[in-house]
Amino acid sequence: MPQTLEARAPQLAPMVPRMTPVTRFIRESDDVFTFDLAPERAMPFAPGQFNMLYAFGVGEIPISISGDAKTPERLTHTIRAVGPVSAALGKLQTGDRVGLRGPFGVGWPIDAYRGFDVLLIAGGIGLAPLRPVIYWLLRHRAAYGRVGVLYGARAPDDLIFHGELDEWRRTPDFQLRVAVERAGPEWTGDVGYVTPLLSKLRFDPADTVAMICGPEVMIRATALALEDAGVADSRIFVSMERNMKCAIGHCGHCQFGPLFICKDGPVHSYDRLRNLLACREL
Amino acid sequence: MKDIADLLRHHPFAEGLDEDTLSLIAGCARNVVLQPGDYLFREGGAADSFYLLRHGAVALETFVPARGPFTFLTVKTGEIVGADWLIPPYRSSFDARAVELTRAIAFDGKCLRGKCEADPRVGYEMMKRFIPPLVKRLQSARMQALGMYDAANA
Repeated sequence: MPQTLEARAPQLAPMVPRMTPVTRFIRESDDVFTFDLAPERAMPFAPGQFNMLYAFGVGEIPISISGDAKTPERLTHTIRAVGPVSAALGKLQTGDRVGLRGPFGVGWPIDAYRGFDVLLIAGGIGLAPLRPVIYWLLRHRAAYGRVGVLYGARAPDDLIFHGELDEWRRTPDFQLRVAVERAGPEWTGDVGYVTPLLSKLRFDPADTVAMICGPEVMIRATALALEDAGVADSRIFVSMERNMKCAIGHCGHCQFGPLFICKDGPVHSYDRLRNLLACREL
Repeated sequence: MKDIADLLRHHPFAEGLDEDTLSLIAGCARNVVLQPGDYLFREGGAADSFYLLRHGAVALETFVPARGPFTFLTVKTGEIVGADWLIPPYRSSFDARAVELTRAIAFDGKCLRGKCEADPRVGYEMMKRFIPPLVKRLQSARMQALGMYDAANA
């Protein structure tokens, strides 16, 4: 059966968490970890969609799915421990259970841009929501033009998905540039801010779709740099993060101007977001 | 064998430069080859040169006591290394180390400053070529200084 990438609606009773076991736990760096969940039934999802994960007794947070959409029976999440809930999730072990709701939201429109050059720009943990797109591109490589990935992180020790970075770097017709903000002499790759590396990638701006995920300051700067390079704002997509609670557009916590990030996003085209991102009151 | 003016002509820095100016500034330039680990200049030393990278990569570093050298920027093929030669006291503010085999055009800063002083048109051409990368690096440095990827901004 051909795989489709339509956003998937959550299963029945979207507000009810389902007890789901952790089947694998990987420490990516000091404060980032990845775990797999095995839901009772396969939960098809589109790259860019997210789940709500509930650490019992602590709270619930939205986490993008970082695994392969081809294996919906295994849901992979990559998380940075920055608050009480993510820290609690980081203490889980294989066999422990979390509350799971999802999948929610609108994902990356990668299927709609067959034939285009594709640029993915990730900052920090922002590589996680883009990894399902990379899996998709590798599986459907012939359907796309040039593919380029820029990934920025604080330091070499903060890089995630080490093994796969090496693998992608060796993949023919796959441009990967990794930049860290600071490094010791053992690091021979790029050091500096990630966005200027756009000039090192080969792509035709008139036929390029770009997807950005990272800190909002980086999103703004990168979207402008892409526009300067000639990529239309309607073909620049960004994944936004806000205070998502219900995940189905009822509670309003994640409202961003006229948008609900949980329901209308988290992925939005930049032409819809441009003015909102410039509004400091939002 | 290519002379220094030919090498310069093929570097992005010289794009749009008229032949007279190119020949004039070529008189301040020489071709250099750096092995991995070679330093172009060291922090605190005389900033008497800058480099146009023809091929290779250079790490800009500063030494942090008890931690060692830290790279804050890598500069690659087609880019410029060194700006301290532009302003007194002409002292390098960081280390620049080749991280791979690097071929570059090295300019004598004092020589070029003299030619810019003598002919403001040449000086203006040089300014037009130096200011854009310096402004871009300032913008990038500002983004790095924000600590975008730190936990508070994750």
